[in-house]
Amino acid sequence: MKDPLSWGAILGQMIIQFMPTIIALVITFAVSIYFKRRLGLYGKLFDSTIGMIGLALVLFWVFTAFFAGAFDMIATHDPLDQSAMMKKKLPGTPYSKLIGTPDPNAGAYYLLGGDNLGRDVFSRVIAGSIKVILIAPFATIFAFMVGITLGLPAGYYGGKFDTFLSFLSNLVLAFPVILLFYLLVTPEIVLTGIPVYMAAVLFIFPLVFLVILWNSRYHTQPGKRNLFVGITLVIGFWIYLGIAWDADPLGIISFPPNLLVVFVSVVFVNSPTVFRIVRGLTLDIKTRDYVAAAQTRGEGPWYIMLWEILPNARGPLLVDFCLRIGYTTILLGTLGFFGLGLESESADWGKMIIDGRRLLSANILHIAVPPAIALLTLVLGLNFLADGLREESLKD
Amino acid sequence: MGKFILRRVGVMILTALCLTFIVFFLTNLYPNLEKLAKTQGNFRMSDEEVETYLNNNGYLQPTITKYGQWLGVLPGYVIEGTDGRTRAKCAEPGQPIEEAPRFCGVLQGEWGHSTVIKEDVGGIIGEKLALTGILMFWVMLLMVPSALILGVLAGMREGSRLDRSLSTFSITTTATPEYVSGVLFIAIFASSAIGLKWFKGTATSAMDNITFENFFLPVLTIAAYGMGYIARMTRASMAEVMTSQYIRTARLKGVSFPNIVMKHALRNALIAPFTVIMLQFPWLLNGVVIVETLFNYKGFGWTLVLAAGNNDIELLLAVSVISVIVVLVTQLISDIGYVYLNPRISVT
Amino acid sequence: MPKKPDYDGPILEIDSLSISFFTRLREIPAVMDFSVEVQPGEAVGLVGESGCGKSTVALGVMQDLGVNGRIVGGTIKFKGRDLKTLSPDELRDIRGNEIAMIYQEPMASLNPAMKIGKQLTEVPMIHEKVSEQEAYARALEVVRDVKLPDPERILKSFPHQLSGGQQQRIVIAMALMANPSLLILDEPTTALDVTVEAAVVELVKELGRKYGTSMLFISHNLGLVLETCDRICVMYSGEAVETGSIEDVFDKMQHPYTQALFRSIPLPGADKNARPLKAIPGNFPLPHERPPGCNFGPRCDYFEEGRCNQDIAIPMEQIAGDDRHYSRCLRFKEIDWNAPIQAMEQTKATEKGDVILKMDNLKKYYEVAANALFGSSGVTKVVKANETLTFEARESETLAIVGESGCGKSTFAKVLMGLETATDGQILLDNKNIEHIPIQSRDTQTVADIQMVFQNPFDTLNPSMTVGRQIMRALEIFGHGNSDEERQNETMRLLDLVKLPREFAERMPRQLSGGQKQRVGIARAFAGGARIVVADEPVSALDVSVQAAVTDLLMEIQREKKTTLLFISHDLSIVRYLSDRVMVMYLGHVVELGTTEQVFSPPYHPYTEALLSAVPIADTHVEKKHIVLEGDVPSAMNPPPGCPFQTRCRWKSEVPGNLCEEEVPPVRELAPGHQVKCHLADDILARMEPVIKIAAE
Repeated sequence: MKDPLSWGAILGQMIIQFMPTIIALVITFAVSIYFKRRLGLYGKLFDSTIGMIGLALVLFWVFTAFFAGAFDMIATHDPLDQSAMMKKKLPGTPYSKLIGTPDPNAGAYYLLGGDNLGRDVFSRVIAGSIKVILIAPFATIFAFMVGITLGLPAGYYGGKFDTFLSFLSNLVLAFPVILLFYLLVTPEIVLTGIPVYMAAVLFIFPLVFLVILWNSRYHTQPGKRNLFVGITLVIGFWIYLGIAWDADPLGIISFPPNLLVVFVSVVFVNSPTVFRIVRGLTLDIKTRDYVAAAQTRGEGPWYIMLWEILPNARGPLLVDFCLRIGYTTILLGTLGFFGLGLESESADWGKMIIDGRRLLSANILHIAVPPAIALLTLVLGLNFLADGLREESLKD
Repeated sequence: MGKFILRRVGVMILTALCLTFIVFFLTNLYPNLEKLAKTQGNFRMSDEEVETYLNNNGYLQPTITKYGQWLGVLPGYVIEGTDGRTRAKCAEPGQPIEEAPRFCGVLQGEWGHSTVIKEDVGGIIGEKLALTGILMFWVMLLMVPSALILGVLAGMREGSRLDRSLSTFSITTTATPEYVSGVLFIAIFASSAIGLKWFKGTATSAMDNITFENFFLPVLTIAAYGMGYIARMTRASMAEVMTSQYIRTARLKGVSFPNIVMKHALRNALIAPFTVIMLQFPWLLNGVVIVETLFNYKGFGWTLVLAAGNNDIELLLAVSVISVIVVLVTQLISDIGYVYLNPRISVT
Repeated sequence: MPKKPDYDGPILEIDSLSISFFTRLREIPAVMDFSVEVQPGEAVGLVGESGCGKSTVALGVMQDLGVNGRIVGGTIKFKGRDLKTLSPDELRDIRGNEIAMIYQEPMASLNPAMKIGKQLTEVPMIHEKVSEQEAYARALEVVRDVKLPDPERILKSFPHQLSGGQQQRIVIAMALMANPSLLILDEPTTALDVTVEAAVVELVKELGRKYGTSMLFISHNLGLVLETCDRICVMYSGEAVETGSIEDVFDKMQHPYTQALFRSIPLPGADKNARPLKAIPGNFPLPHERPPGCNFGPRCDYFEEGRCNQDIAIPMEQIAGDDRHYSRCLRFKEIDWNAPIQAMEQTKATEKGDVILKMDNLKKYYEVAANALFGSSGVTKVVKANETLTFEARESETLAIVGESGCGKSTFAKVLMGLETATDGQILLDNKNIEHIPIQSRDTQTVADIQMVFQNPFDTLNPSMTVGRQIMRALEIFGHGNSDEERQNETMRLLDLVKLPREFAERMPRQLSGGQKQRVGIARAFAGGARIVVADEPVSALDVSVQAAVTDLLMEIQREKKTTLLFISHDLSIVRYLSDRVMVMYLGHVVELGTTEQVFSPPYHPYTEALLSAVPIADTHVEKKHIVLEGDVPSAMNPPPGCPFQTRCRWKSEVPGNLCEEEVPPVRELAPGHQVKCHLADDILARMEPVIKIAAE
């Protein structure tokens, strides 16, 4: 039986485990700082301390999730592997297993201790990052697609259409988010198929968006237009069938139903806010002379919205995008916190926090605190990044 | 002005109707009803038994009819069950059917009966709202003044060291959701592992007797998350005002810096945050749900989780009606307040 | 702190002042080696183009340069005291009390949430510690001094309840509250309409005399400086290049930049064919890209290689014989300042072709919610933006449309372009009705035929697309060329047409100067071979030296392409210079229409007369009649009954009865092609004298 590790040794071990992430981070920063004058807004980020700290924190989790998810690095144990010997054991306890044979590849210690079922907290935190990094940005992108596709015409045309959409978005915003989650993200709702219909509606937006984008740009050159629209439709429809209906004819793309419901509800909750932002920006930008110039040369409304207005709204949208990924991460945590939409086993930061919460009164901190810190650093990084971007984009 | 408020109230009622209908629709989906039947009866009910139970209790009527009954615009059901008993929605337990009123919906002041707590929904809501009201009162009292002070101090001299540190602090609090900060606060201030033990890790005892020790952590947890956001809004608004021409005019008139901030900048700078504070309510509601769960304080948010987790339809509906009304009323107040704060918009 | 009444030296002495701004990358010198002095009761004009550092000088005097700005050399002495050595408290005592400042945007310089009275009384209450009643009495007096009606009511209102002209008067009143020794005016009238500007300028002059205040008047407009100041200081790229009395500098200039400036502005007598303007070649240097030696060297006609571009500082030198007249030129003694302008290429007036555009009784009414915030519940109001517009335009003709804000000229442009449809009447393009066809339904040829050049160069190009792409897009939309290659070539040709280097196709708009952007806008408008171009104040946002070049470019393209140019402007000098016919608009009505000659000489419509008198002219030989209009342009939402101009007309008493208030005057033809909408009898019109007289030399 080995001795438990000291705190210093735990830290050292963790740094060794995180080495791939750290190396990737250092390389990224070195290259970026060296070329920063040629990298536009991204390069300017390296002039702002807050922005750099934010980027470092975000990239830390992105790289960690990447190496852990793609190459099975960093984590020391299987996040689902239970060991009765390791229940609630303190950080640095040597790994042992009573029933079954221990995995020969497993690490020698539970670096951050074991949870109430004897699983390795460190590995579970790492596994949780993969889920967050996979869902949060994509859900945010979808929310943006929906918000942009609806917000642009609402702001540009105004009138009844705008009144109606604004009413709908206020309707969704007036719902307490948690109530909405409790109503949408339950196994019973999955049975009724409502999430699939919602996905069918929400996921069609990126497709619509791209088709309009190409059509408005190239309608004067039908050859080019048909090519772009065709490619978009074929690939887009294939992906759409796969993820929304789980009906990919080739059987390659699929989306687990309980993940789909989480994804859909997060997109659903986020898109009204994006809609409001895009609508406001459109109202502002549409008064500019270059929009009038486009109108006077007879451009169609969608060209004006997508090619004249949208590119010039990118600054505030980019900042909001960063903030919104953070908010989505928080929402995912909230879902986990209330135990919604996941298998009871899976590693999820929110779920780990509420599980650990119950043991706080028993003075066992190491189960709840690591996922809390992980979530905090990622969201904080995104907020810092957004702040840095805002500050730097305002400078010129 | 009167017309404006009337219009807004109209929109509010429409919104509330839409939202409650959505809640009604979702909770009345068959799988949810099946779950309800099983929790009310027993978990080993067969499909037929479930159906009989639901039918006898009026759950299998068309959704729109049920909604009308709940609202009180349609007469409550009277169903002769397969077990020979006749049940009426409006009959109190033990009351003969004939004596029951015809209508018993929200409009009549009947919020229905909770299937989980087994009490009248109206009573539960009243009691829980009072508890949460106290919590919210202290949250506001802590959050709003500190957020405004933070924001004004930071925005007063944009780019200064004070600004940078206060802004970083505000960003950090907005980036920390309640379930993270709550856990961290408990770990630091309430557990014996760190050893401070200043406060209690639960607020259950605060339901009877509020003390600083048992109530401060939940209040702080909710306030911290909202505080950063308001502070950032105030800072942005303050910073914008401080660079505006009329502040320069005041400076070049020879007005001293404290007077510039207090007399010239403050009122203009507080217009935007006022709206934000009011629009914070929906967010605070989330915070309340999380914190009440986290600290085991059995208020409104805790009730929401309980009702939602057990598909307690009438309790859940009441909870949503209340939260929707809170949200919409605050929006209305924010609009009206904006007009009064901002002399540039005249109502007449 | 009591003022020092016994001081009798110069009020302000600035000696070799240098001010720099510090950014992350470099130090940017904004003002270099700048000296000027202001004597008691004297008004000094500071003239230059945007970015020349004139406003920085003002802020330097106020010691309010912000975090990044710093005085890096020289001294600023106010009544003999060096401002740099004063403590913050002493500085506060001087600000607002002894030195007051007036800015460009009156609305922005008043606190929106504070009543006017409070903002005014604050000044004496801070500086002289007087009671509130005393301060209030003073405020009433000063508000009366700036000729605002109903002072009590004004003191009780918020800034947004006043019109732009009234706000600027309040700002002036605020500056005068403490009876300062020095008043700094930073472009005080730029945001105002011409007729309102004239009244404000008149007021400033009068008050200056009454209170004996010294003034530092900052402006880009030479005409305004001529009207208000005793002395002038011309700045170029951070340096003073010439200072002296108004007469010396205007009539005996001793610096090539001053000379070039005067030659590039349209003075009476300039003519697009016989006496064209001479634009200053090249661009204003950016502060960190100044050339060695003389800053003006690369754009100067008298440039001498090896001498003017030696990397040494060029000093200000006094001109012998004149009163404090200095020039910063190495060669000013060698240059023959009286030599006539090198013969500019003269062009023949183009033949006017057929009528291609015809307006007949065009009307455009809008319905507007009476209350913006609580709209749609309230009543709607009808705004008559255009009333019975009738005129025609011929091929290769320039028709100027003149008017102040709210006169309906922009609405007219929108209706013509098809962005709005007409309420009534007809627009005939080649005898085809187009007034009811919105732009989406017009065929490509019609759209390409009528194009527009916009006012604001910073807004006219999409900031996130390269210049080339934007021109290419216009070509694509107008169905020009069959392949990207053809369009690419056409883009290059268009860049040549507007005299921009071909490399500019790859540039982003933010890398271009204002004048260059405006050229791209012109290229884009001509991409589809436009036959009618609506130019909406195309040069008013540009610097003086660039204006001439852009105007010339438009004229040149017009001659080449036989374009019909509808030139919308409020600037009568440029209108006189380039237009063939002029249409004067006021509150949606055409009040006068005729050839340039007819409109600019009597008989006038009373509004035209006032407008002519209001435009400042930078020529000491010009004598102008001063006609100051009362009040502001009424709101188009709430126009006066009868003749739209009756509320401000100085001839109203000559019309018998209440005719002006009751009836809209009919259109009368005074001479062939000269229409006026006025009730004045023929004999009264005939009595009118010319507003502008050029004194015999």
